Amino acid sequence: MVKVTVDGIEVEVPPGSNVLQACEAAGKEIPRFCYHERLSVAGNCRMCLVEIEKAPPKPFASCAYPVADGMVVHTETPMVRAARRGVMEFLLINHPLDCPICDQGGECDLQDQALGYGMDHSRYAENKRAVKDKYLGPLVKTVMTRCIHCTRCIRFAAEVAGVPELGATSRGESMEVGTYVERALTTELSGNLIDICPVGALTSKPYAFIARSWELKKTDSIDVLDAIGANIRIDSRGPEVLRILPRVNDDVNEEWLADKSRFSLDGLKRRRLDACWVRRDGRLHRASWAEAFDAIAARLQGLPGARIGALAGNLADAESMLALKDLLASLGSFNLDCRQDGAAVDVSRRDFYTFNSGIAGVDEADALLLIGSNPRREAPLLNARIRKRWLAGRFPVAAIGPHGDLTYEVAWLGDSPRLLLDDAQAFGATLRAAKRPMLILGQGALARPDGDAVLAAAWRLAGAVGALADDWHGFNVLHTAAARVGALDLRFLPGPGGKDVAAMVGGGVDLLWLLGADEFDAARIPPDVFVVYQGHHGDRGAARADVILPGAAYTEKNATYVNTEGRVQRGFLAVNPPGEAREDWKILRAFSERIGRQLPYDDLGALRARLEQLNAVFGRPDILPRFGASDMTAPAGDPAAITDTPLRYAIADYYQTDPISRASPTMAECSALYTAPLATAAE
Amino acid sequence: MLRDQDRIFTNLYGLQDWRLAGARARGDWDRTAAIMARGPDAIVEEMKASGLRGRGGAGFPTGMKWSFMPKQEGDRPHYLVVNADESEPGTCKDRDIMRHDPHKLIEGCLLASFAMRAHACYIYIRGEFFDEARRLQAAIDEAYEAGLIGRDACGSGWRFDLFLHRGAGAYICGEETALLESLEGKKGMPRLKPPFPAAVGLYGCPTTVNNVESIAVAPTILRRGAAWFSALGRPKNAGPKVFCISGHVEKPCNVEEELGIPLRELIERYAGGVRGGWDNLLGVIPGGASVPVIPKSICDTVLMDFDSLRDVKSGLGTAAVIVMDRSTDIIRAIARLSRFYKHESCGQCTPCREGTGWMMRVMDRMVEGRAEPEEIDTLEQVTRQVEGHTICALGDAAAWPIQGLIRHFRPVMEERIAHYKAGRTPRPMPLAAE
Repeated sequence: MVKVTVDGIEVEVPPGSNVLQACEAAGKEIPRFCYHERLSVAGNCRMCLVEIEKAPPKPFASCAYPVADGMVVHTETPMVRAARRGVMEFLLINHPLDCPICDQGGECDLQDQALGYGMDHSRYAENKRAVKDKYLGPLVKTVMTRCIHCTRCIRFAAEVAGVPELGATSRGESMEVGTYVERALTTELSGNLIDICPVGALTSKPYAFIARSWELKKTDSIDVLDAIGANIRIDSRGPEVLRILPRVNDDVNEEWLADKSRFSLDGLKRRRLDACWVRRDGRLHRASWAEAFDAIAARLQGLPGARIGALAGNLADAESMLALKDLLASLGSFNLDCRQDGAAVDVSRRDFYTFNSGIAGVDEADALLLIGSNPRREAPLLNARIRKRWLAGRFPVAAIGPHGDLTYEVAWLGDSPRLLLDDAQAFGATLRAAKRPMLILGQGALARPDGDAVLAAAWRLAGAVGALADDWHGFNVLHTAAARVGALDLRFLPGPGGKDVAAMVGGGVDLLWLLGADEFDAARIPPDVFVVYQGHHGDRGAARADVILPGAAYTEKNATYVNTEGRVQRGFLAVNPPGEAREDWKILRAFSERIGRQLPYDDLGALRARLEQLNAVFGRPDILPRFGASDMTAPAGDPAAITDTPLRYAIADYYQTDPISRASPTMAECSALYTAPLATAAE
Repeated sequence: MLRDQDRIFTNLYGLQDWRLAGARARGDWDRTAAIMARGPDAIVEEMKASGLRGRGGAGFPTGMKWSFMPKQEGDRPHYLVVNADESEPGTCKDRDIMRHDPHKLIEGCLLASFAMRAHACYIYIRGEFFDEARRLQAAIDEAYEAGLIGRDACGSGWRFDLFLHRGAGAYICGEETALLESLEGKKGMPRLKPPFPAAVGLYGCPTTVNNVESIAVAPTILRRGAAWFSALGRPKNAGPKVFCISGHVEKPCNVEEELGIPLRELIERYAGGVRGGWDNLLGVIPGGASVPVIPKSICDTVLMDFDSLRDVKSGLGTAAVIVMDRSTDIIRAIARLSRFYKHESCGQCTPCREGTGWMMRVMDRMVEGRAEPEEIDTLEQVTRQVEGHTICALGDAAAWPIQGLIRHFRPVMEERIAHYKAGRTPRPMPLAAE
């Protein structure tokens, strides 16, 4: 550790830190624009100037100056203040005074710091610079006249997103940030540009002129549009969700958020189910809760348990799945499934179906094999993590599956899963040589007839290359559904003699309860099956339903989700469900009472106690201890049964994967812009 | 006064053959292998003892700069980069060295690279120097053919490759780290220091960047000895130096002279004196566009070396002496320089990007007098806000000419403002470049 004295306060910082970090360790706030913890140092805004003793008598940019033992730093001297005032004055001379109409107003670094270092008037009497706005796609709005050239966006695009498409053209005052070709940025992380821009140059296009930041109610929650479980903050005003922003969680999403999670929120206002509907004479009619419940109860009358089934969707929360499971159990049914895609799974041990290294574990891995997984589409934040690790060097990555651009170098081994039996060709040796090899098994590899064989083969390969050690668990399953791991933890799976998804959909039941299940072909359900759809969007499932029960979207309920790592996280209610809609577990609880099989919990606390009773992991939210592989026994499944059918990825269109994003005009625009051209090119 | 036998650049005016044969006749490439046989450390020591200060403008001791390179070649190769991006307004010394004495530079590249254990050297030449680049390349080819450089340079067993790279015409690429960025194929923007190039330079490897003249004088110093070199000039300002005299003189010229020669003697002896006589002198910019102007009263006595000029709050810079007689509209002259720096600012860091434009706009008004007298103080403050707050020295270079103007010619500026207020606009004075 290095000893540094900042304004008389002695602090110890790790060697290699910069002066700015030392100042922060001493509790001094250093103003900055260009410096960002997760990006390379540019040192160009010159706002973080400090004075260093025994150095030339001039201010130094603290973000770019390495600490030395015994260094004495001053952050409050007249020279420092004068220097910062000077820089602030320069930044403001060409910055428009349009704060009242700027969406960054109220959360603008320049505004905040101008309060501390700005003058009360401008000495600049010349004309101000005006810059033509640039086109960066349907998500990011630009007002380039406001740009202060901190280059954070350029560095983010090049370093984190891995799309070096942003840059600066021209020189000096005429320097302009843009893509030059005026084409949309081809990244799933573009929304983060809005967050890192310290001024209002890059703002959210869908959110433009919608609200002022101080009007918003802020609710911490969890994202459910992929299985990463990014930590989010939901900004709402009245009954409307207006904005979704990332929260910092270094173990999960760092401080980034993928575009689908950020911009799908306009889907929350469209195609919503806000009342009960009951099908009579082939048409859906609006109904009251009592009528809807009566209709279901009437159909249930005399139905044996074996003819009742339930499917849980990809966005379902643990509480409602548990309530549904208990409800079916009370009816004598074990026909449950959460795998609309029919993915193979072995729930005999938890590490057979979770991302065991942990998302943060990617940072420690030193070789990676992707099996039927395209993390860029399935989990952009994980992909960014892999890219970060790859940038750090000495991180060979190989993949079994169709080619794709993952923003880092990948050795494409082919798309036959039989490669797993073949030691992944030469890459097996690379994995063996690595200290912490990592395998990521995608849903594309599991959702196929020989999925259990692939699962077993991947596990055996992991064991063979040393990925299963006492202190390192390199076997990872990357899920695409936020509900999946929670459902598996609850064993929302066919019980003794129960039917699985294919059997249920294929006519194995007479009453099918869909809990937000939309990701399967509802046309396969025989016409005489009575379908209850409980969910929040009028999507595929609702179209087939005989009774629709309006549920709550993830922003509208207090709910528990388990991400692909097995991390239990809780989301909170930001706005109330629209119209007649209710929180899902309450609907199930109310219905159970209607049919005289009352579920034994009256409030969320009791329900969560039941969750914990069923699986202890639900009692430890947010924490995920690191673990090694204790047991080498492979999942059931015969690796020799792997067929030569090429692997396919679980997600073809990143922007349209669930009822919310399918209802979102913004996501539709992105899909048309990004996915459609790719599909055309591939033909 | 420099004696003829002490001149280093004996073909500065191109009167003799620039090719290898001519260079050899003038003593270049003479027993180069013997110098190399002394070993890298001895060469660096000799350069240190000579007291040579960098000829590119900052005047940093060259031998010391060389000694910052790692003593052993590790897993990263070492590089020497020669800064031939001579863009400082008023300066044209490197150009003449490269077109008339290219072998001095090439031999210097070999010796300096050898001293710093670099097997490769890049010369980054200004894009506008088209003919010079062709001639220098021809000289490099000659040297390769003669075995002076290449797999076995001068028979010493040292492998040495020399590459010429042409710039694209940006002034900022003369800043050493911007030059490295440009050489790597990126936009020419200065890097943050530390790390210094000697630790992390070209392609992340230990690198030294030297001016053409600094490198070109090295072979002669090593041949004739540090004592000879340090005996010339003044203490701490050793050796001869090429001065470029331009502006309102009878005969603008390049001339090699000892450091410490009085400015007046330099102008009168070599450039035929100030147009209209010494008393017609208004002021001199003694070291290229970026150093502050000095008025005649200082010019009368000042000596031309690093320390003397620093003492009068100016600088030797590249030793490009720009002479202005009394016909000069000094405000307009400095305003033109402000326009230059605004145009050449890379735009990376705030004070320079925004400050150069501000200074230029105020200077443009000052030329007309369309300003308030208080604005002179504001302008001075703005220059202080730029100076020392930037990543590279371009901010300082943009600030200093204006500071020099205000320091020495404030009454002229105030008078101009008063004239404008009284409705009398000054007689427009065309500048040479217009």
